[in-house]
Amino acid sequence: MSESEGAAIVTRGLRKVYPPPKSRRRRGPVPSFTPPTGASPFSGSATTSTGEVLALDGLDLQVRSGEFFGLLGPNGAGKTTTIGILTTRVLPSGGAAFVHGLDVVKSAVDVRRRIGVVPQRPNPDRGLTVRENLLFHAAYFGFGRVASGARAVEILAQLGLGDRTEAKVDELSGGQQQRLMIARALIHEPQVIFLDEPTVGLDPQARLALWDILRGLHAQGRTIVMTTHYMEEADQLCDRVAIVDRGRLLACDTPEALKRRAPGGTLIELTLDAGADDLVAAARGLPGVLNAEADGAALRAWHPGGGEAIPGLIAAAQRAGRQVLNIHLAAPSLETLFISLTGRKLD
Amino acid sequence: MSAALAVDAPARHRVTARWVFWALLMRDVTVVRRELVFFLLRTTMQPLMFTLVFGFLLPRMGFVQRNYSSALLPGLLGISLAFAAVQSVALPMVADFGWTREIEDRLLAPVDNRLVALEKVVAASVQGIIAALFVLPVARLIMGPVEGLSVSHFGEVIAVVTFGAAAFSVIGLFLGTVIEGQQVGLLFGFIVAPMIMFGCAYYPWRLLDRVPLLQYAVLVNPLTYVAEGLRAVLTPDKPHMPLPAVLAALVVVTALFWRLGLRTFMKRAVG
Repeated sequence: MSESEGAAIVTRGLRKVYPPPKSRRRRGPVPSFTPPTGASPFSGSATTSTGEVLALDGLDLQVRSGEFFGLLGPNGAGKTTTIGILTTRVLPSGGAAFVHGLDVVKSAVDVRRRIGVVPQRPNPDRGLTVRENLLFHAAYFGFGRVASGARAVEILAQLGLGDRTEAKVDELSGGQQQRLMIARALIHEPQVIFLDEPTVGLDPQARLALWDILRGLHAQGRTIVMTTHYMEEADQLCDRVAIVDRGRLLACDTPEALKRRAPGGTLIELTLDAGADDLVAAARGLPGVLNAEADGAALRAWHPGGGEAIPGLIAAAQRAGRQVLNIHLAAPSLETLFISLTGRKLD
Repeated sequence: MSAALAVDAPARHRVTARWVFWALLMRDVTVVRRELVFFLLRTTMQPLMFTLVFGFLLPRMGFVQRNYSSALLPGLLGISLAFAAVQSVALPMVADFGWTREIEDRLLAPVDNRLVALEKVVAASVQGIIAALFVLPVARLIMGPVEGLSVSHFGEVIAVVTFGAAAFSVIGLFLGTVIEGQQVGLLFGFIVAPMIMFGCAYYPWRLLDRVPLLQYAVLVNPLTYVAEGLRAVLTPDKPHMPLPAVLAALVVVTALFWRLGLRTFMKRAVG
């Protein structure tokens, strides 16, 4: 406990194993009226021989009080599970997690008192108006209607929802619902705010507006923990970023320090129509290429001059009888570091 | 806009379980009050239509005896009550845990999550009682005079209605947390419909002695006890089960499904 007292959040050896996804047990797909939500949340996770999904595999984190902390990783990295455990909504299979020194399992009620949560998908109370969503949420945390009424109106105004206070939730746009979720997470004055992929599905304008709001919250000295799979978001907003993949912590530092760790030069990634292994030597021999590696059908090369090496790489591929299907360029960044750490792109 | 987000924190009450429970209940009262007309239409339409056909039309046509309405009225009240209580908790649960995740803001309230389930059950029980109290006068109005009907044991009526509503609310909690969104149709086709037909709502249990196998089979159906209990207190001169047996059975059903429902609720609430 002692080490966790100064920190807002501590996790030690956090593990989470989910039972095999249901679809494995069913005989076939069941027709559903709910639209598909894209990739399965387990798509990037490790699975065991029995089909269990290893979402977290011994995660150690420490978030300081007042810090804006980012959890960066692709789908299935374990980000949402981490948030789920820290917000008492998911039970860990092993290890321990503390919020302000309180064990999230043994002192779940006390932890909830101190946190505000903005979920990945807005889940406002649709039976209530915008204002009532805040009033009742505040009431669950001990605030009387009169006391929280003025504050609700004020927060809504500041989040650009001042003219929607009496609106039904269904009348709000996606971005407005997301801001309502932020208002709800703030109304009970939590010490720590968790945001799970808060900008997914927002248009660029709404995303920038949300960034402003988050910067404002951080400026007030609140502890913010945000998951994202957008490099730029983590880079722009966070004091420190933890890169996670397959339930493990790969790196944790300030964005600047992480970027310094990124391999030098611009990353050029060619996606070929077949394995790229036998092209590595040819790529390394090209003038100026710092390093090259193969990952399945992907050939990666690093070059200080940006895209200059592209013609040479294409020619090398053609000599080997390969077709180039796609070319991706990335300046030294969290993204190139991420790829060098995980061998995968983020999205 | 962001710098101004610091708003003075309002005074906070001591967050006791009782306070949170009350706040959760007020949330449901607000929502139910707003949708009261739809709620009553949804839950009492079927029993009232049945009243119209079997309690008004058929007796006038001479197909059924006039005194059938004294067996029918308590049964229809039972259906309304059971239907309203089950629906009030099961449907929101299926949606909340299935796709809207709306209940999450309540699961993040600083109380034991079991209290959230208890509040849902209490609110659904109240809705069941409201449905029954609404159907009683309307059905009586449609049927005309009902032989042997008496509301002089009003305290006992309230007791049976309350015990019955509690039993069906916890059944709703269980069903709402085991059934998935795609299977809601199943809930009505395979659970509610047989429950209504074989719940002694349309005929008194005593007369089932002509089909002894069925007379024992319907004892597993909780609606049997609600319908018979309402006969015991509303038309006490007509054949009915003894009231203490009815209340005891409803207590057993409530205790059983509360345990089952709470377990499945907690499984859905905490991953």
